Amino acid sequence: MAKLAIFFALTLSFLPFLSHSFSPDTPTDRRILVLLDDFSLKSSHSIFFTSLKSRGFDLEFKLADDPKLALQRYGQYLYDGLVLFAPSVERFGGALDVAAVLDFVDSGHDLIVAADTTASDLIKSVATECGVDFDEEPSAMVIDHQNYAVSDVDGDHTLIAADELINSDVILGKTKIEAPVLFKGIAHSLNAANTLALKVLSASPSAYSAHPTAKLSSPPSLTGSAISLVSVVQARNNARIMISGSLDLFSNRYMKSSVQKAGSPSKYEKSGNEQFVTELSKWLFHERGHLKAGNLRHVKVGETNEPAMYRIKDDLEFYVDIYEWSGNSWEPYVADDVQVQFYMMSPYVLKTLSTDKKGLYHTSFKVPDVYGVFQFKVEYQKLGYTSLSLSKQIPVRPFRHNEYERFITTAFPYYGASFTTMAGFFIFSVVYLYNK
Amino acid sequence: MASPESAVNGPTMTAGAASKSLRNAFGGVIAFIILVLIGVLAFSIRLFSVIKYESVIHEFDPYFNYRVTQFLSKNGIYDFWNWFDDRTWYPLGRVIGGTVYPGLTLTAGTIWKVVNSLNIPLSVETVCVFTAPIFSAFASWAAYLLTKEVKGPGAGLTAAALLAMVPSYISRSVAGSYDNEAVAIFALVFTFYLYIKTLNTGSLFYATLNALAYFYMVCSWGGYTFIINLIPMHVLLCIVTGRYSSRLYIAYAPLVVLGTLLASLVPVVGFNAVLTSEHFASFLVFIIIHVVALAYYIKGILSPKMFKVAVTLVVSAGLAVCCAVIAILIAVVASSPTKGWSGRSLTLLDPTYASKYIPIIASVSEHQPPTWPSYFMDINVLAFLVPAGIIACFMPLTDSSSFVILYIVTSVYFSGVMVRLMLVLAPAACILSGIALSEAFNVLTRSIKFQLPGIAGNPSIAVRMWCIMSTSKENGSSTVVAPNDIPKTEEAAKEKPAKKNRKKEKENVEKKPTPSKTEKRLLVLPLEASVIAVLLLVLLGAFYVVHCVWAAAEAYSAPSIVLTSHSNDGGLHVFDDFREAYSWLSHNTDVDDKVASWWDYGYQTTAMANRTVLVDNNTWNNTHIATVGTAMSSPEKQAWEIFHSLDVKYVLVVFGGVVGYPSDDINKFLWMVRIGGGVFPHIKEPDYLRDGQYRIDAQATPTMLNCLMYKLSYFRFVETDGKGFDRVRRTEIGKKHFKLTHFEEVFTTHHWMVRIYKLKPQRNRIRGKTKKSKSSRSVSSKRDVRGKRNPWH
Repeated sequence: MAKLAIFFALTLSFLPFLSHSFSPDTPTDRRILVLLDDFSLKSSHSIFFTSLKSRGFDLEFKLADDPKLALQRYGQYLYDGLVLFAPSVERFGGALDVAAVLDFVDSGHDLIVAADTTASDLIKSVATECGVDFDEEPSAMVIDHQNYAVSDVDGDHTLIAADELINSDVILGKTKIEAPVLFKGIAHSLNAANTLALKVLSASPSAYSAHPTAKLSSPPSLTGSAISLVSVVQARNNARIMISGSLDLFSNRYMKSSVQKAGSPSKYEKSGNEQFVTELSKWLFHERGHLKAGNLRHVKVGETNEPAMYRIKDDLEFYVDIYEWSGNSWEPYVADDVQVQFYMMSPYVLKTLSTDKKGLYHTSFKVPDVYGVFQFKVEYQKLGYTSLSLSKQIPVRPFRHNEYERFITTAFPYYGASFTTMAGFFIFSVVYLYNK
Repeated sequence: MASPESAVNGPTMTAGAASKSLRNAFGGVIAFIILVLIGVLAFSIRLFSVIKYESVIHEFDPYFNYRVTQFLSKNGIYDFWNWFDDRTWYPLGRVIGGTVYPGLTLTAGTIWKVVNSLNIPLSVETVCVFTAPIFSAFASWAAYLLTKEVKGPGAGLTAAALLAMVPSYISRSVAGSYDNEAVAIFALVFTFYLYIKTLNTGSLFYATLNALAYFYMVCSWGGYTFIINLIPMHVLLCIVTGRYSSRLYIAYAPLVVLGTLLASLVPVVGFNAVLTSEHFASFLVFIIIHVVALAYYIKGILSPKMFKVAVTLVVSAGLAVCCAVIAILIAVVASSPTKGWSGRSLTLLDPTYASKYIPIIASVSEHQPPTWPSYFMDINVLAFLVPAGIIACFMPLTDSSSFVILYIVTSVYFSGVMVRLMLVLAPAACILSGIALSEAFNVLTRSIKFQLPGIAGNPSIAVRMWCIMSTSKENGSSTVVAPNDIPKTEEAAKEKPAKKNRKKEKENVEKKPTPSKTEKRLLVLPLEASVIAVLLLVLLGAFYVVHCVWAAAEAYSAPSIVLTSHSNDGGLHVFDDFREAYSWLSHNTDVDDKVASWWDYGYQTTAMANRTVLVDNNTWNNTHIATVGTAMSSPEKQAWEIFHSLDVKYVLVVFGGVVGYPSDDINKFLWMVRIGGGVFPHIKEPDYLRDGQYRIDAQATPTMLNCLMYKLSYFRFVETDGKGFDRVRRTEIGKKHFKLTHFEEVFTTHHWMVRIYKLKPQRNRIRGKTKKSKSSRSVSSKRDVRGKRNPWH
């Protein structure tokens, strides 16, 4: 019995190592499930998959209607990431459906959705649930008569050379993507109020979404910069989602082809697709832009132990550690815009933290002259980074009865008055009682 | 405490010296035994709650007091004094030490300490449960002392017996009802006793004791303002009716000086003792009594002619000064919006004030005016005996009896304003009824004794007795001026009324033989009538006792956290839902989780579940309560925003619709709307009423059917009986099938009386707007709504 118990204990303690899953300690994904419409995509998009494999991901390819499809077994997720390269699938096979995909995201896993003109309602509804609205017009495509890619055949201007990228080193890497990104697919839009979704690749002002061959009978519903070509969503639990209106964006053909934007003299040997897709996937699978904060602590100036309660007007020092995941190790995060709030219904103190470049952030301030239950709050939301939201409750009490000033200078006349009255009364009593 | 002195009765005075002292000793022992028995009675009649239920703390406020006492016994008095409680009024916290009347807590804490140092291992809870019964025994002894000072020991014993079991007092002092009033009534009566004692004796010793008793009262209850207004009123009355004496001065001046100094030592009172209007009357009278004393002194040393000149001089100069001072005072007082009075005091002066301006005071049931039946329920036959007692106090009118009259008159008024102040009326009613009963018994037994063959020794006794009543008119004028020429020795002062009247009456009998003869004939009651009257009075008393025991056993013994009901076949059904819910909270939630509920349940949640609450029964911050009221009357999403901004994790509602428990949150809901609307005007009461009627059936307004309180109360309710019939409101509910989007039910007690919901976390994703466009748009515009509606931003 005891042996059995030890065995179980050992197994349990090794479980985190056995399962190379996404965990707070190593946020990079490991096991990725790729769902395809058919296996030919495996070769036609091999550059993308190879780059993932070379970075250490375990890819598992399955058909989207595989009847044995399952994301989790015995309550444990089998994968850390899901790539949906199956735009036309009407129903997933096995136990997978929209709700299961969303649960997968809501439990902190990442998702890539790529659609094209054949996008099914299923794929569109997954995108909608993530906050991205594909053009509902069937077989509508993004058309841009200004910024199309010059190609051999004079087409319908649906192959777009897009270069309006999001300005974020975290999402797209430090190296600037020079060449335009080739895109052919459907448009989607984001709700302006949606603070979680970002346009990574947006269309130019001259783009619109319509059927390429049919005549336009009414103005297109999606036009100009409102059209997003590739978007990312970072959910509140820091799960990351990429939604692309084009599956071809990831294809070997687009990655290798040369590109020249209409009306632009510069011709690039190679399109920006490969760099774009690789860098974006690094961000997506948490190789970059993942922050970790912890060890929130505070002490009264001159003391070493964390107090359970402060007094008003105490001086205190506040520390927090913030690290960034570099893909294989935690590195100190260096920034000058991390702030701490001393918060009770509204921030009473708002201080920018200074860092020692080793991950430790620090500041000191005086507790305001207000008592109540305060919180140290670190709310850090920066474009591309995972959001940090830490708080620690700390009550602030008023002065104790013996912490007030004993003698107040301005009150000396009153002290004098009371003592002279007492003395006077004493003398009066003596005189009155014994002077007869 | 109550050491009965030799019982001096009218007739015994005339008996021989030897038999007199023997009878006095005998009377003293009897009185002592009776007092002990009264104490036992007062204690044991309050134990019904322990016997019928269990030894628990009752209701709401006692739980807070219990928690404070626990803290005191654990951490000592200094930590208690400086206690900043971070588990209530989140996130504001509450400085308990500075906002609580510490008398009760210190008393129970001291008892606990003493008992434990004697190696009697009682728990704090036990001590708390039994504090109120012990102090009601003390209170009846104090009533004995007070009444004895006014009308002699017979009346004192009767009053003590009545007070020991008056239902109004029982309702606040059953075992487990560990509230301020439990000790405050004792302190009130005892302070009055010491005042009267000082007034009768003119002793500085008693005056000092009086100030100390007043200090204890200030420590115990906010009702101390009653004392500090009633005594000045009485002093003023005495001065106006020409009864000024040095005893009056000694009784009053030290009380004001020492009492105010001591009162300002209590943290919760502090500078209020000199700053608020409640205390102005005492200072004004303090000035007046000094002016009067000065006037009497000057009158004594000046010749009458000189005095007249001086008076005209002083009056003309004084009037000018007074006008100036009064003008300044009025300007100062009028500059404050409430005219310097606290809301509760204004409610007393203007009974409609609270309902107009302070819904939070008006919402408390014990702040409502009482109904007529509640007078009969709470003081029973005393209501009929009080007038007789008032008449008895006028024969003869002394300083002390005028005080009692003033006491009953003011307390009757106050009890008419607030049902809670019935408690102040109860001792006054007992004292006056005791006087009435004892006078009546005196008269009746004496006329029986007089007419019984064999015992009728000295007819003059009875005759004289009756003359007291008959000649009271003539006496009235003489007694008014009498006090001035009374010797200052203590004993003489004590026996003053009896002796003096007797002298006067003898004179009357001798000087006016013819008229008093006719009166004598009229006043001696016939034997039969006396016997019947005695029997009727005994019957009245018996009826009172029966009523009191019934009230103690049935009406006032329920602890209100455990409810019982009798089923048709006589079986007993116990509803222990409150403790079930609180223990669920304490076992299943994190220690620092915040629980939102209407403020009624705040004290219980902190004491029983040990969880942080937003608001509690100490209603010191109206805005915070209004925020919770607003959340409860808002639609689900806005409510979620408000609660989320206050870090609330759980919401607790009390719902009586399944078992028919009428004091649930739906019935209190209009007060939440009113209090919330008072601060956040977008909550409007008419939105929740259909044609001025509060209803929850299909006719209810959409605002009502969509507010959080309705949803949390009736969520899944239709599953209980299939059609959603609410047994409190006796109607089918309006909206039966609905889902909660921002809250999830986590616990519902056995009888559905307490339902606990958890706030769902913020959505992980924000949906797009395709399809279901309306609902998704409102979801995604969450932030805008917060900016507009949330009162905290």
